[in-house]
Amino acid sequence: MRVARITAWLEERIDLGAVKHLLQKKVVPVHRHSIWYYFGGMTLFLFVIQVVTGILLTLYYRPSAEEAYQSVQFIMTEVQFGWLIRSIHSWSANLMVATMMIHLFSVYLTHAYRKPRELTWVTGMLLFGIVLFFGFSGYLLPWNVLSYFATKVGTDVTAQVPLVGHFLARLLRAGDEVGGATLSRFYGIHIAILPALTMGILGLHLFLVQKQGMSVPPDLERAAAGQPIKTMPFVPNFLLRDLFGWFAALGVLAALAAIYPWELGQKADPFASAPAGIRPEWYFIYMFQTLKYIPAKVGPFDGEVLGVLGFGLGGLFLLLVPFLDKKTARGEPSPLFRWIGIAIIAYIALFTALGYLAPAPK
Amino acid sequence: MIAVRIAFLGLLLAAAGLLRVPSAVAMHSCIDCHKTLKEERLSRPALKIGDDFHVARGLTCDNCHGGDHTASGKERSHSGAKGFLGKPKRQEIPEFCGKCHSDPRYMRKFNPSIRTDQVKEYFTSVHGKKLREGDQKVAVCISCHDVHAIRAIKDQAAWTYPIKVAETCGRCHGDASYMKDYKIPTDQLQKYKRSIHYEMLTKRGDLSAPTCTSCHGNHGAAPPGVDSVANVCSHCHTATAQFFDKSAHKQAFTDLGMPACVTCHSNHDVIKPTDEMLAAGEGTPCATCHEANSSPLKKAAELRSLIVGLSSRIDQAEAILTRAEHAGMEVGPPRFELIEAKDSLIKARAETHTLRVEKIKAITDPGRAVAEKTTKKGQELLVELQFRRKGLAASLLVIAAVLFALFIKIREIDRRGRPG
Amino acid sequence: MDVPTERQVDSGRRIVNLFLGTSLGALFISVFYPVVKYLIPPKLAEPTTFSVTVPWKATELKANSGRIFRFGSRPGMLIKTPAGELRAFSAICTHLDCTVQYREDRQDIYCACHNGVYDLNGKNISGPPPRPLDPLKLNVRGDQIVVMKG
Repeated sequence: MRVARITAWLEERIDLGAVKHLLQKKVVPVHRHSIWYYFGGMTLFLFVIQVVTGILLTLYYRPSAEEAYQSVQFIMTEVQFGWLIRSIHSWSANLMVATMMIHLFSVYLTHAYRKPRELTWVTGMLLFGIVLFFGFSGYLLPWNVLSYFATKVGTDVTAQVPLVGHFLARLLRAGDEVGGATLSRFYGIHIAILPALTMGILGLHLFLVQKQGMSVPPDLERAAAGQPIKTMPFVPNFLLRDLFGWFAALGVLAALAAIYPWELGQKADPFASAPAGIRPEWYFIYMFQTLKYIPAKVGPFDGEVLGVLGFGLGGLFLLLVPFLDKKTARGEPSPLFRWIGIAIIAYIALFTALGYLAPAPK
Repeated sequence: MIAVRIAFLGLLLAAAGLLRVPSAVAMHSCIDCHKTLKEERLSRPALKIGDDFHVARGLTCDNCHGGDHTASGKERSHSGAKGFLGKPKRQEIPEFCGKCHSDPRYMRKFNPSIRTDQVKEYFTSVHGKKLREGDQKVAVCISCHDVHAIRAIKDQAAWTYPIKVAETCGRCHGDASYMKDYKIPTDQLQKYKRSIHYEMLTKRGDLSAPTCTSCHGNHGAAPPGVDSVANVCSHCHTATAQFFDKSAHKQAFTDLGMPACVTCHSNHDVIKPTDEMLAAGEGTPCATCHEANSSPLKKAAELRSLIVGLSSRIDQAEAILTRAEHAGMEVGPPRFELIEAKDSLIKARAETHTLRVEKIKAITDPGRAVAEKTTKKGQELLVELQFRRKGLAASLLVIAAVLFALFIKIREIDRRGRPG
Repeated sequence: MDVPTERQVDSGRRIVNLFLGTSLGALFISVFYPVVKYLIPPKLAEPTTFSVTVPWKATELKANSGRIFRFGSRPGMLIKTPAGELRAFSAICTHLDCTVQYREDRQDIYCACHNGVYDLNGKNISGPPPRPLDPLKLNVRGDQIVVMKG
């Protein structure tokens, strides 16, 4: 009744056709791999949580080397529910990277990147890089011992990129050392530059998903052999299921924040030596551990440089996979690319595990 | 034309190279010659002299040894007419150095405020007295200050720099075979290295920490007398010394000829005192004089229980605050209050030297109250943590309700979607 | 009863909707409540490690006196010189971290632990302390004294 009057008022002014289509006509395929469809939306939900809690945090956080740590302590101790907002922000960041990886690999393994969704895939890979950068920049902001040294190690690895490495590292660090200038720069990157980029690229990503609908794995398409695949309406069936997942995630976040509150740590002291066992967040561990295993020199080449190049090539491969997987493009099964995907997942899982369990190599 | 000019220039350069600028060369004639000598004891001074503070201030070999540094050749530079003294005998060394260092009018040219009584002081010391008696083994100026590479006292490499003094004294005094004719112990350096003063000096770089010369003096080195050693300790440990002087121990120690401070705390291996020292077991200071179960020992036990009681409560408070802090709670105010208790503990430990139980209790009791209050605050902070978990449980219930409702709704919607 | 009647289906649907609406409402409140409380500024506008309002009025302090106040979790010393000037320092002795005290009779700052003495500029003038006391910035707003990190 009231909704009808509002829609009528709006329709006299704007064409609500696209919105009506979404609400009434949009459908989602139902098959044994439908479960993976939820992970994109889950990542989006967690990103919204990040934006909201992040904005709340900026109301009290101070981005200078002298005041950052104390301001986070202030949020944790003096501000009402500050501990909750901060812990949710830290946990949600990790959960978001996890769901994003699941989303990435499920899309990969169901070959959803094939025509016509190549651009969706590319924007998605860009978003992956942006989110990792969000994590890396945000990690420094509490200015504690762990984050200071993790940033130091991270920017040192960046410096290993051939030709432009040192320039890039200086650009990141705002100087030759990690210091107050780095903190200010990371803050600007974290709350302004990356959100602006995300708005654009995420907007494009979501627009494409809406326009093109959900992709069905090619082997299921072939099995259906021209028959229409079972679907469910997006509104309300799929959306309610989405909400179910999102509220479950909210519950998990609240539980994590209250039972395992995010630690404050010790204030960073640039002049102290790095504590033993320094390591980055879990989503960088596999790279960190790999670098530890590469010998310092491989033939005439510097080991770390080779490692960094390797990761770069890996990332590039993933970015270009829609254009490389010719078999899928032709509509044929593509076991090679499937096995490459499984190998990448196994590599990441194994080296992340090693990063936590293996004794420190010499 | 050009060739002539080049040749002329070349000739000029050659002449310059061949011409000897007299002062520049002769300035170093002692060093230049001695550097080339084969005998090590003659070449060593020339090689070391580069580090010497005297040379840096413009003095030359002949300022100390006489002779003529501008002349070349042994006969003329070692000329007796120019006052050449050669190597002084060991007994003559103090006066050799004192030629300048005891002359205020000469020394003020270089440093108007420097002391000039070192040689006089030296001869009051055990080293000086024995030297006059003919003992060649005792320390003279060069034993501590080195020779030919004498460094300023502020120079970190100087043998007399505070951190290096113990090593310098220890070179003789720690050498049992060198010292075997003197009936004094040779374990002082070893003992000193165990002390808290040594640790402060070498590990924390606290240059105010005492070393050998702080208590024994440097030029007038002698052990402080039994009745005066407390005067030395009381320079820094003023409050404690004053407390001791007010106690019954002062008279007792004087009567028995026992040195204050040193009797319980030792002189060289002054380790960090512990509350255990008040215990009455074997090897503790109190038990050295007092009999078991005597009333003084009972008083010591009382003192100990007061102090240990306070110190353990402080540790308890500290532990709970650290736990709360690591969990993310703000512990600034209770930590600050705890400082009051810690200050009381320091005061109480110092006042132990008065042996007045009531006075010390008046300090430890409020300290304990503060520590207990702080522990309570810490417990309250941990309770607040638990409150958060309860809040979480409530919100999880709400979420569970929502999830359940959604589940039913989804089933209903799905059923509606399917015909019949 | 095999197939539910229209009315039963309708009332069933209404119950589910009511349940969903209520639980969503409760969730909404339990999210909104902490956020609103978060937005309200806490009593202590700034961490005490940045700035502290000393609990005494500027006029309350006598000349030639010194008092200990809390700065973050550490002691600070507020002094009023014999000439009437207000100064603030960290009260932690630079030698071995004991708390210093003001001496009226000598008009200096003293550390009883090892007989260290500082002048009223915080400079270490006698005894073991290797450095002057850390100075703190002081501002007087009317009757209020605000001390900040130096």
